[in-house]
Amino acid sequence: MLLFFCFAGTVYADNNFPEPPSPPRLVNDYANFLNAGEVNALEQKLTAYSDSTSTQITIVTLNNIGDYEIADYGDRLANQWQIGTKGKNNGLLILMTKEPHGITIRTGYGMEGTLPDAIAKRLIEQIAKPNFKQGNYYGGLDQLTDAVIQVMSGTYKADGRGKASGNFAIYIFIGLIILIAIFSFLSKGGGGSSGGRNSGGGFLTGMLLGSALGGGFSSRGGYSGGSGGGSFGGFGGGGFGGGGASGDW
Amino acid sequence: MKKIIFNVIAFAVAAVSLSSCGYNSMVEKQEAVDEKWAQVQNVYQRRADLIPNLVSVVKGYAKHESQTLENVIAARARATQVTLDPDKLTPENIQKFQQAQDGLSTALGKLLMITENYPDLKANQNFLELQAQLEGTENRIAVERRSFNEAVKDYNTYIRKFPNNLNAGMFGFEKKAYFESQGGADKAPKIEF
Repeated sequence: MLLFFCFAGTVYADNNFPEPPSPPRLVNDYANFLNAGEVNALEQKLTAYSDSTSTQITIVTLNNIGDYEIADYGDRLANQWQIGTKGKNNGLLILMTKEPHGITIRTGYGMEGTLPDAIAKRLIEQIAKPNFKQGNYYGGLDQLTDAVIQVMSGTYKADGRGKASGNFAIYIFIGLIILIAIFSFLSKGGGGSSGGRNSGGGFLTGMLLGSALGGGFSSRGGYSGGSGGGSFGGFGGGGFGGGGASGDW
Repeated sequence: MKKIIFNVIAFAVAAVSLSSCGYNSMVEKQEAVDEKWAQVQNVYQRRADLIPNLVSVVKGYAKHESQTLENVIAARARATQVTLDPDKLTPENIQKFQQAQDGLSTALGKLLMITENYPDLKANQNFLELQAQLEGTENRIAVERRSFNEAVKDYNTYIRKFPNNLNAGMFGFEKKAYFESQGGADKAPKIEF
């Protein structure tokens, strides 16, 4: 019973944020600003951009965000969903709220240089606001994403799968060499040496083995995303540090 | 044969002692705190770097507000003087750091308030972009402070758990201090322009 309550507590704690979409989508129109065709058009455009550059531009619309400031809420949401790819942190979140009317662009750590806050602010003022005020939500989001893409085009190129698996192979190779070295060391130390010295060898072996295995596994953890064509492959571990700009409309 | 058994035992002992007493994890967690602290100082520095530009733009339109402008410059000087090595993250030091930065926040808030009286300034493109940058920087400060606090919490919890606490004392891993959030300071101060 107690366990149940503990569990319930953790489940409700993060109720303020929607779960990451499953299957993964880049356009998440929870507040129904768009119709199905418009959502599809944006989704296709952003998926194509993500495929060719690995930069994940994500649109989320929400009815309201409680007492949060929109920038703060956007950063937390983007970090929870881990928009962008690990290491590059090349995610970007466009968050739009209905009540009150708000819009924010949140840039991942890796995007802060390519889309500086001042430029983000300008795009919001000059493109998003005038369109949204007239009720032209699709046009606003479409032009806004076009402008964002123009500003930062070509900064990141997508990685193929080859590179990541190549890294992994190198780790395995290094691990094997270390293992071989250890075995030859052990077999040489077989005769004559005292127990005390040998226990030192065992200790070293343990450390070497541990670090070799650790290296191998962590390189696997670093691999993410980058699937070719079709639908969006999923968010891949990007981080956000408060970059971006916001406005009301 | 005996030697092999001995090796296996030695390996097991080494593995257990390295992982269960958590020395390596303590090092990792301490490194994480240090890294987050560096980020915190970075974003505060970033704010400090924006201020000379902001002051010079405002000066062009609001010459009569020299007192407010001087206050900002003085507060910036005080804030940039207080830097803190990650191995000195005691409550007193953090509080000193925070006081200096809060002093700058207050002075900046006053400066932005008086800009309300100067419509020409508020229409200036440079000023608008500096505002956007300043707002972004305040958000970054909030994010980095939060993630620093999380790293400290993780580290503190870890070194105080049994049996890690025995090793922590022996190797000199000390508890680190948090940023205090006073009156909603954890959220970015709302900058009204």
